[in-house]
Amino acid sequence: MELGLEVDDSRRPYTVLAVNGEVDVYTAPRLREKLVELVSQGKHQIVVDLEGVDFLDSTGLGVLVGGLKRLRSHDGDLTLVCTHQRILKVFEITGLTKVFSIYGTVDEAVAE
Amino acid sequence: MQRALVLELDVPSSPEYIAIVRLVVASVASSRRALADERIDDLKLAVSEACTNAIEANRSIRPNAPVHVEIWESPDRLEVTIEDNGPGFDPDKLEFPPPVTDPERLNFERGLGIPLIKTLVDSASFVRTESGTSVRMTVFGGPVNGDDTATIYMDVSQLPGLPDAG
Repeated sequence: MELGLEVDDSRRPYTVLAVNGEVDVYTAPRLREKLVELVSQGKHQIVVDLEGVDFLDSTGLGVLVGGLKRLRSHDGDLTLVCTHQRILKVFEITGLTKVFSIYGTVDEAVAE
Repeated sequence: MQRALVLELDVPSSPEYIAIVRLVVASVASSRRALADERIDDLKLAVSEACTNAIEANRSIRPNAPVHVEIWESPDRLEVTIEDNGPGFDPDKLEFPPPVTDPERLNFERGLGIPLIKTLVDSASFVRTESGTSVRMTVFGGPVNGDDTATIYMDVSQLPGLPDAG
C-alpha cells in the first residue's frame, strides 16, 4: 500500500499537497517527511488536500497536528480540504475541527 | 445462534499488516452483519487504532510476537479482539491531550487512539492478560444471513507475495 503525494506549486503563495490512499501508522511517516521537506523549502502556506484519502486514523491526525505546529512556528499555516464525511468524522470526534481550517475545495482554501 | 468464533488471524507486528486486518474485519462485518456503512467505517478505524497500539506494545518487548485478532459473533453483535504480548497498561492512567482550545494541544501528536476506540464502537474493554493486553471491541447488529458458523484461521505471514515481516 503506497501513499500518493502530489505537490502543486502553481497557487502561490500556497503549496497544495494532494494525498491519496490510506493514512495510518505505516504510511503516515511519508506524509510527515513530505511536510518537513516542504517547510525546509520555505513553503509555509500549505493546503493538504485529503479528497483522495480513503482512510485516516490518529497517526495521520498526529502528523497533521505536527505539521500545523511546525508551520505556525514559521508564521505559516496548514489548512485542509476535505468533504468526505468518513474522514471529517475523525476530525469531529477528536475536536480537531476547532484546530484546523477545513475547506470544501482547493479553490476555497487558496482564496483566503 | 450462540456466540461463535468466525475468524482468527495472526499478523506480524509490523505496520504494513494493519491494512490487512482492516480489510478482513470490514469484509466480515459487512458480509455477516446488518450494519450501516458508517458503522463499519467506525469499526475499521477502531481496529486500526487497536492494532497500532498492539504492534507498538509487541515491538517494545517481544517484536517477533504476532498480533492476534479474533472475530466473534452472537445473535445481536460482532466482537473483535486484538491481543498483544506487550508490557500492558492501565487505561485509567493514560495521559490525554489537552482540550483543543488550549494552545498546548499542538504539542500532542499522540494519545488519541484509546479515546477514539471508546467513541467509535458500542463497547470497548481493555484487559490485562497473562501475556499482554486484550482489547475487545463490540458493535451491535443482527446477522445478514443465517446460522452458518464456519471458523477460519489465517496466519497472514504465510501468505505469498506479502512483504517480509522481518
